[in-house]
Amino acid sequence: MKTPHSTQTLPTSLGRRRFLQATAATGGGLMINFSWLGAALAARSDADSLPDKLFSLNAYIHIASSGTITAIVPNPEFGQNLMTSMPMILTEELDADWQSVVAEQAPYDPALYERQFSGGSQSIRRAWSGLRMAGAAARHMLMQAAAGSWNVPIASLTTHQGIVKHAASGKQATYGELASLAATLPVPESVAVKSVDDFSLIGSAKKNLVGQEIVTGKPLFGMDTQVDGMLIAMIVHAPAFGQTLVSADTDAIKAMPGIRDAFVFDALEPDYTKNYFDVTAFPTMVAIVGDSTWQVMKAKKALNAKWKTFDGYEETIDRFGSPAVIKVPGGLESTSGHKQAMADVLSGKREGLRELRRDGDPEAAFANAARIVESTYYAPYLAHNTMEPMNFFADATGEVVNVSGPLQGPIFIRQTLAERLNISPDNINIDMKRMGGGFGRRAYSHYLVEAAVISKKVNKPVKLIYTREDDMTMGIYRPTYSVKLRAALNEQNELTAYQVSGVGVPEHCVHEHRFPAGAIDNYLAEGAEIDSNITVGAFRAPRSNFMAMAEQAFLDEVAEAMGQDPIDLRLSLLKRAQQNPVGSNNDYDAARYAGVLQQVRETSGWDNLQATSKKGVAAYYCHNSYAAHVVTLDAEDQRNPKIDNVFSVLDCGIVVNTEGAVNMVEGAVIDGIGNAMYGEMTFTDGKPDKQNFDRYRMIRMNELPKNISVSFVQSDTDPTGLGEPPFPPIFPALANALYQGTGKRLYEQPFAPQIAKG
Amino acid sequence: MPRFTLTVNNQSHQVDVDADTPLLWVLRDELGLVGTKFGCGVAMCGACTVHVNGSAMRSCQLPVSAVGENAITTIEGLSENGEHPVQKAWLEHDVAQCGYCQSGQIMSAAALLAQNPNPDDKAIEASMSGNICRCATYYRIKAAIKSASIDVVNV
Repeated sequence: MKTPHSTQTLPTSLGRRRFLQATAATGGGLMINFSWLGAALAARSDADSLPDKLFSLNAYIHIASSGTITAIVPNPEFGQNLMTSMPMILTEELDADWQSVVAEQAPYDPALYERQFSGGSQSIRRAWSGLRMAGAAARHMLMQAAAGSWNVPIASLTTHQGIVKHAASGKQATYGELASLAATLPVPESVAVKSVDDFSLIGSAKKNLVGQEIVTGKPLFGMDTQVDGMLIAMIVHAPAFGQTLVSADTDAIKAMPGIRDAFVFDALEPDYTKNYFDVTAFPTMVAIVGDSTWQVMKAKKALNAKWKTFDGYEETIDRFGSPAVIKVPGGLESTSGHKQAMADVLSGKREGLRELRRDGDPEAAFANAARIVESTYYAPYLAHNTMEPMNFFADATGEVVNVSGPLQGPIFIRQTLAERLNISPDNINIDMKRMGGGFGRRAYSHYLVEAAVISKKVNKPVKLIYTREDDMTMGIYRPTYSVKLRAALNEQNELTAYQVSGVGVPEHCVHEHRFPAGAIDNYLAEGAEIDSNITVGAFRAPRSNFMAMAEQAFLDEVAEAMGQDPIDLRLSLLKRAQQNPVGSNNDYDAARYAGVLQQVRETSGWDNLQATSKKGVAAYYCHNSYAAHVVTLDAEDQRNPKIDNVFSVLDCGIVVNTEGAVNMVEGAVIDGIGNAMYGEMTFTDGKPDKQNFDRYRMIRMNELPKNISVSFVQSDTDPTGLGEPPFPPIFPALANALYQGTGKRLYEQPFAPQIAKG
Repeated sequence: MPRFTLTVNNQSHQVDVDADTPLLWVLRDELGLVGTKFGCGVAMCGACTVHVNGSAMRSCQLPVSAVGENAITTIEGLSENGEHPVQKAWLEHDVAQCGYCQSGQIMSAAALLAQNPNPDDKAIEASMSGNICRCATYYRIKAAIKSASIDVVNV
């Protein structure tokens, strides 16, 4: 085992944010000093013992003597293209030949890797500097190896496409030839990374490195795990939220063919303090374990169990280190009740609204208004509906527990499992499989714990599989929301006040410091929560995915009332926010916000679209990026309008892989249109009304826009989020176009039933 | 437990399973052919699409007892090394995001092109609207089918 040169103690999270200390380097580029990355950069495996001579230059890069470069991807992949874009960043700085690069998912190892979490559109943003440094450090070590071998100064060497060259002597060597020597050298204390202008790989279009395995059906997913001696496990949970188990006739199930065991279990023990991601409404369930999936499915259907409604209770959860008390009411909740309760809050009949931000004197401005525009918007619960249902493999038969499957965030769940099994987290290995979609759902990986508890009980490796019905009825749903918006116009038809009041079950979606805060003198933001026993969580661009709809559709109403072009109105507000902002906490960059609107105005030909053309626009800022869409419609048949074109503009800083980025935006546009038109989960007496795709409508091939044109704002700002930002504003861009096409303002989702009524 | 003889990807297999076992679970659990995916179990998502005598079928709703001597093709048997025109077009258009539904999408597309080598938009929509993609890569799926159709016609 080689001794790491400079293993550093990982500092606190505060320290980690300050790791990047960059200074301009002579001859271009940046000089970057490491801090927390020390461990990852110095990590080596025992290269000599590996049969294929794979040399680890750090925790991110292995180079085989054959020249094959393995780029280790620390964050889990769920379709956001990390298995391609992260290797591109490493390879850019390594200056290797892209053709020689393969991608490999890292194991979960918090000692080596920072933030192994996919969510919040932060993977590339947060890993950007670290990946660049890892690539640059490896390149430096390869050059150092050549310099030592040839006895020449390192400054006299150049690299290109995986070859180190010495121009004066004509000597050259491949990275593969140098790797074993380089792996023995000390990690540099600091290293220069490329100037943005010198990027050749970053910003180009590269195909998915895992594409061939996907199109040939290789076993990439957790659902595909097969291990000798493995049993299949399934769970039965209460049919309604608000219910818990009384008893289950497991003896009858155990007598069924192919069934090895059936028992009641607690995924989490009753006295356990949950962390923020330990969300589950059904900690007590019935497990059925058997030889084959179909036999277990049949047993699951045959199970007789009794359920009862539970009483309300309070629980304390650990919210990132500080305790928070959550009220879980008893009773069986229904969508009609949620709607009424939210309406009552917004009308003042029910208490709860509290002030989040105030600028100027909004009450006076509304009292003195010549006109007031007021509307209330509503959004239903949404189910994530990842195409791969929840599942996990667990082998908890020994001292070391191995679990493997799809999850967005191993960070918290390892501790949860350690406490549940009463073992050290160090004795738990988590293997992150490619996820068949995530969208926030797999940040809540209670199913991992369930699999391990079941494996321990039956003392066999098991693969826990949810049916689609389990997946859809045990949701960690997008909450249901309602937002009331008010705008005051004076005699001169100027916007003098703006009020946003949001309520949700169990959280509201108001971001009080986002646009149009900062652009209007008199501003009031309020929020209210209604407690619920229906579990909710992150869903592609949480809160933003409805706030964008309410706000940007409402601004369309305001523009109409003011007789202004909707892009002009937004730009004039953004100009105000840029030149003379109201307040100091405004959480957006008005110039970049205006930038996407100006660019989409050009790409869509907004000003030249025929007066008869039905068009809608919206823009939004979330997850550190800016997005704008224009939607155009053919609404000749008002009950069945067709989307002609979607023009999308993103400002997400530097785009790493243009191919993957365009694909992501196209997908977000179609996914957003689908959720806006059809997406909805409702509840009756605690029971989800939709249990499978026969009733839960998803967008399909025959419902696409004819064209989607994606462009990016040219930028040399470090990359920001892309998975989420294009999603929220497509809802209002579509709603605004549909208003132009059908004359109908869409205040509620889903849109499709309202459009069909005519 | 009854025994069934199946022809999958030109190979004969004998399996001992309950007669009502869907072909999907025979493929996945018994034969280890996990490229065919479980998505909904009620033939509403298309993730489990295979070919039965060349036609696209949802294997989650096809009991093994009904397969008989019909030839089954799965994604693993669509081509030797992923060189079927549909698979190549999928790579050329960089279709996949998460990739989970794509086996089913490719099998539906390959069956469509085998029967109609030059489908128009309507025909593509009719054949492909049974396959759900939550990543919503539909736009690229459609483009890939169009370019694969050129290759199929030229073969």
